[in-house]
Amino acid sequence: MGILCQHCHQVPATVHLTDVLPGGEKRERHLCEGCAQNEGLLLKPQEGITSILEKFVKHGASVQQTAKLQCPECGISWREFRSQGVLGCPHDYEVFAEHLVPLIERAHEGASTHVGKVPASSGVSAKRQARLVQLRRELAHAVEREDYERAAQLRDEIKAVEDGPN
Amino acid sequence: MSDVVISSRIRLARNVKGFPFLAKAGDTERKEIFRTLTDRIGETEIAKDSVIIDFEELSPLDRELLVERHLISRQHAEGEGSRGAVISFREDRSLMINEEDHLRIQVLASGLQLDALWKEINRIDDLVEAGIEYAFDPRFGYLTACPTNVGTGIRVSVMLHLPAMKLTQEIERVLRAARDMRLAVRGLYGEGTEAIGDFFQVSNQTTLGKSEEEIVREFAEDIIPQIVDYELRARETLAVERAYQLDDKVWRAVGILGNARSMSAEESLFLLSHVRMGVHMGRYKAVDMGLVNELFLQTQPAHLQKLHGSALDGESRSIVRAEYFRRRLGGNN
Repeated sequence: MGILCQHCHQVPATVHLTDVLPGGEKRERHLCEGCAQNEGLLLKPQEGITSILEKFVKHGASVQQTAKLQCPECGISWREFRSQGVLGCPHDYEVFAEHLVPLIERAHEGASTHVGKVPASSGVSAKRQARLVQLRRELAHAVEREDYERAAQLRDEIKAVEDGPN
Repeated sequence: MSDVVISSRIRLARNVKGFPFLAKAGDTERKEIFRTLTDRIGETEIAKDSVIIDFEELSPLDRELLVERHLISRQHAEGEGSRGAVISFREDRSLMINEEDHLRIQVLASGLQLDALWKEINRIDDLVEAGIEYAFDPRFGYLTACPTNVGTGIRVSVMLHLPAMKLTQEIERVLRAARDMRLAVRGLYGEGTEAIGDFFQVSNQTTLGKSEEEIVREFAEDIIPQIVDYELRARETLAVERAYQLDDKVWRAVGILGNARSMSAEESLFLLSHVRMGVHMGRYKAVDMGLVNELFLQTQPAHLQKLHGSALDGESRSIVRAEYFRRRLGGNN
């Protein structure tokens, strides 16, 4: 077993800190999770990222306005979404678009437009458009990698999709 | 490769058009979604080799059993209201209904088989979609309850066994690099679980702005081969430079598993990890990988209770688990 917590002397220490004191002297501290939490050094496990964000959301007047935004279809408010992390209905993506896009971009390496599979029911032309976007992206990557064989293949595929029946 | 890659999994998140997401769905709507999806799946060939399970009619222990077999998420097992799953007899496919999204299709395979899995899940998705309309937006793609899954709704996960990098202390560096690449690194049972016994599940977090094929290809051709390569090199280094230390780990694990009188699930994962490494590296030949895999599964809490035939508290489970290991590994100890 490791060292006991220096604060409560009951539980093995799992949080190890090195404080640099004024003057450059170092001080080591060994605490258990509970004592570290009480000192505010660790986040409580139940305090998820959404509740931390929620605390920020509570400040500021313009943010208050946003928080009141509500979807007319499912009734969810922006604030409710931010505190629970899940949306209420597909329509929310439209209602909250302005505020949602920055979040989506942060979660997806800057992207906010879908590339990839499209349901058959969304129509042939939408499907073809999406396929072309995807092929062109792959083409750009292939050229970047100097994989000319793959690039030639992709150019043929793009041509076939463009010339294909509607 | 399969020494290091235990299994591969792909899932797609889908929602049925015309219904709210589950956070805003009442009892009636949940039931309606469950019925709509099970009816639709029932009409396809998926139903031919699957069983449709209504969780409201399934005991918590049986649901936990499905979690341990990686067929459903823990969140789904512990959820509430109308929900269930359509699981193939071969246990290589599971369609979860009313989990976080209306539908989560997942396919599983041992080793690294992502291309085959993508083809299969794409086919299954088409089958379901042929008779139902999904919530889809040309800009955002497949709409999901949580915006972190929007777009393709795809999650590619690979379960890795990386004991040598743990011993050579390279693991943190590699996992940090993986996180820098926007990959999630979790434990054996996915979201919210810790990596115990050197088992790591690596999965993508970005689901928008890249096609399914791109995401799958990154995993299959780039990310996973690199991690596997690091692990194999670490194993080589250990075998050459620290053979005594390696053997000590393996044989200690064998000794404890074959003799202990009480063992927690956590300790057993830790020890089995070392045995698994010993078997793969040819340093321990008394058991084969089939037995090691069986021991992994059968000593999980729900499986152990099934095997024992009754519910057991944590302490009794530890005793029964130790007995099981002694019987399978220790002979007459």
